[in-house]
Amino acid sequence: MTDLSRRFFLTRSAVLGCSLAASPLLTPVTFAAAPWNRRLVVILLRGAMDGLDAVQPYGDPAYAGLRGSLVGGPQNGALDLDGFFALHPGLQALAPMWQAGELGFAHAVSTPYRDKRSHFDGQDLLEAGTDTLQGGVRDGWLNRMLQEVPGVTADTAYAIGLGDLPILRGKAPVANWTPEATLSLSPQAERLLAMVSESDPAMHAALAEAALLSAVDTPATSGNMARDMQQARKGGTHLKIAEFAAKRLREDARVASFSLNGWDTHRAQHRSLKGALGTLADTLVHLKQELTDPVWAKTAVVAMTEFGRTARENGTQGTDHGTGGLMVMAGGAIRGGKVHADWPGLDEPDLYQNRDLMPTRDVRAHAAWIMRAMTGLDRATLERVIFPGLDMGRDPGLLL
Amino acid sequence: MRAFEPEFAEMRFGCGLSPVIAPATSVEAMLAGISGPDAMARRFPIERFDSFGARIAETNALRRLIRANKGTPEAEAADRQRKDIKNQARFDMIHWLGQSMLRRTYTEAGFHERLVYFWGDHFAARGKGGLLKSATSPYIEEAVRPFVGGRFADLLISAVTHPVMLSFLDQDQSMGAGSKRVMTAGKGGGLNENLAREVLELHTLGVGGPYTQTDVRELAELFTGLSFKPLQGRVFRKNYVEPGAETVLGKTYADTLTIKPVHAVLEDLAIHPITARHLSWKLAVHFVSDTPDPALIDHVTARYIATGGDLMQVYAALLEHPAAWTREGANIKPPVDFVGSAMRALAVDPVMMTEMTEKQMRNVVLTPMAIMGQTWQAFSGPDGWPEEDDAWLTPQGLSGRVRWAMAGPQKLCPDLPDPRAFVDTALGASAPEPVKFAAKAAESKAEAIGLVLMSPAFQRR
Repeated sequence: MTDLSRRFFLTRSAVLGCSLAASPLLTPVTFAAAPWNRRLVVILLRGAMDGLDAVQPYGDPAYAGLRGSLVGGPQNGALDLDGFFALHPGLQALAPMWQAGELGFAHAVSTPYRDKRSHFDGQDLLEAGTDTLQGGVRDGWLNRMLQEVPGVTADTAYAIGLGDLPILRGKAPVANWTPEATLSLSPQAERLLAMVSESDPAMHAALAEAALLSAVDTPATSGNMARDMQQARKGGTHLKIAEFAAKRLREDARVASFSLNGWDTHRAQHRSLKGALGTLADTLVHLKQELTDPVWAKTAVVAMTEFGRTARENGTQGTDHGTGGLMVMAGGAIRGGKVHADWPGLDEPDLYQNRDLMPTRDVRAHAAWIMRAMTGLDRATLERVIFPGLDMGRDPGLLL
Repeated sequence: MRAFEPEFAEMRFGCGLSPVIAPATSVEAMLAGISGPDAMARRFPIERFDSFGARIAETNALRRLIRANKGTPEAEAADRQRKDIKNQARFDMIHWLGQSMLRRTYTEAGFHERLVYFWGDHFAARGKGGLLKSATSPYIEEAVRPFVGGRFADLLISAVTHPVMLSFLDQDQSMGAGSKRVMTAGKGGGLNENLAREVLELHTLGVGGPYTQTDVRELAELFTGLSFKPLQGRVFRKNYVEPGAETVLGKTYADTLTIKPVHAVLEDLAIHPITARHLSWKLAVHFVSDTPDPALIDHVTARYIATGGDLMQVYAALLEHPAAWTREGANIKPPVDFVGSAMRALAVDPVMMTEMTEKQMRNVVLTPMAIMGQTWQAFSGPDGWPEEDDAWLTPQGLSGRVRWAMAGPQKLCPDLPDPRAFVDTALGASAPEPVKFAAKAAESKAEAIGLVLMSPAFQRR
């Protein structure tokens, strides 16, 4: 860290009070005491992933009749998982992980969100982790988890990407960053920037964090705007994000979260879903590779979406907004090779409102059991504070 | 009510201060700018969709030609032509970003430009696939811009039935399960409820509104038939229509095999009191603060209801209320307004700007805005860009702003202004002392300009 980012940081601490004064960035000695050893990565799949297509219940007698042009299963190129479910060809790259027991799924899961099927409310609820959006929840469940465990520092959790990530919003310190945003300023400019922004605490705090993260991490920019911008444009944002997450998790970070878009497949789903699944698969493969074996062995990745899609294919070779969906789990810490599901069946009376896969388990329960296994948090805290009102039910044994 | 403050009005409701254009001097003048002749559209033209459609038709014809003559030199030539059209459209999309920025830079009716952006974002749409992906500016130019000073019902009908919206929300392919086409052609096909849901959730009532899944379904059935062709634009396909009457929010719309019931339901949704409140709230949030005074929303809503959604009256109600001028909780500018108002303060040379190559435009405007969090016309969903300050006040987004503020102006304006004068140009009479000091103390002109642009006084309005 340069003197000036330190100065920046100090002004920020003065603004925000003492909560950040204990940051490892100022007292490196606390770096050693990471709060726990396992790593958790939460990926938000925005746009509502079609779980029935990603992991196809081809063994259900009603499946083929509902899916028309989208029908999958092993005879259409999908990888048979267990004689009942098959993996969409777009996730082909994950086959070795499945075979190694490092990939698992929870099917027919959902948040408590019902009926209006709005992406934006669905995502807000998924990230808030509550039963309803009433009552003005302002923080996200991953942040509430950080508030409950000891030893969390500004370097423990990373919200990665260009956008804001409500799942990590809240009182616990979280680093918000993306590898494309490195700042490099002359010392004088940095000092003056701290001065002109001082009157605006929110802006000042965000700028201070930018200065800090630029100083402690990512490679310096060249100072040549055209070259930097060309560099920033080069494809594979999801891979850059995975790389950055892995880099932090190899060190002192224990939690990382980011989102992947492109799941809203109302039309020509055979094309559009393949792309989104490929991005997810590449991200997971890249994470594994970049984390390296010893860290991957301690890592659990969960990918969640706001809701599933209609059980029936719609009129445009796609699917509309539904209810029950799929959660993806990967990592060396996952007890994989299994599709967890209290399968509700796809016959007409078994569907939710005669249109959607019936959710048989709250997706938050799975996340809660994973956090319990990772951090040792007790059940009461998970059910009352982190996911207020949740009944975790029996332990599905998702972690090794 | 306190006296009208032209500089503050120009920052909050317009495109910011300029060294060459004086701010509007009254609320009446601000409103007159909306209904007056559209000088900016003439000076910095953006193609309308009705002519853009010809490019799509041409591409489709070339595709047919290529298929029919596979492997021949003729097909190869046609393929080159097709690629040229595609590249041109991609370039034009970026050129129109430049035009939009120049309109902000030189307009005397800043409130008008801001409203076009506001409604273009309210009706956010980007065509799916091929050339349609580059057609968002032509859509806004044709379906939004001419309607922002009229009745909301007309704007709603214009945007919702436009080809780009129909493509974006999959309406053009949606057909009733009992339609002639599905029943007799035996080609499959059926309903898609995407547009119907977003019309209720985003464009009219809002997600808290009094509608159910059944209303979504019935509205989707009522919308069947809405489609388009590249050359004709909007077309109505009778054979896609779901037969029978549909009931939306308790009102039944008879099936006439014409577009009439579609217009009727949109007219009704446009004047629904919950729509009035939703839109009034959104205007207040966009122009004033994330947490606007409820009295302001009540006032604007009442005018909306009383006038049946006459937008000029709605804007007048917004501007005349004292709570619209409160400085507490002022919004942070989204990247498009940040960059636009910086260009206005710099009075960027329009000739240089229009002569920029695609690569230059990407390096100087498009990619920096993406790092700030706003990739031009590539919103993640039909809800457009976020209104909340939290979404923009991230370390990574602000880092993007700093980087651009320090390096971008020099590229856009090689002869940078004197920073000491620029403070007054950009911030007006209320420029804070620390900013004046920083402008003097910086080591270079570029850094000084950057510091002025990064000051809260410039970032917020």
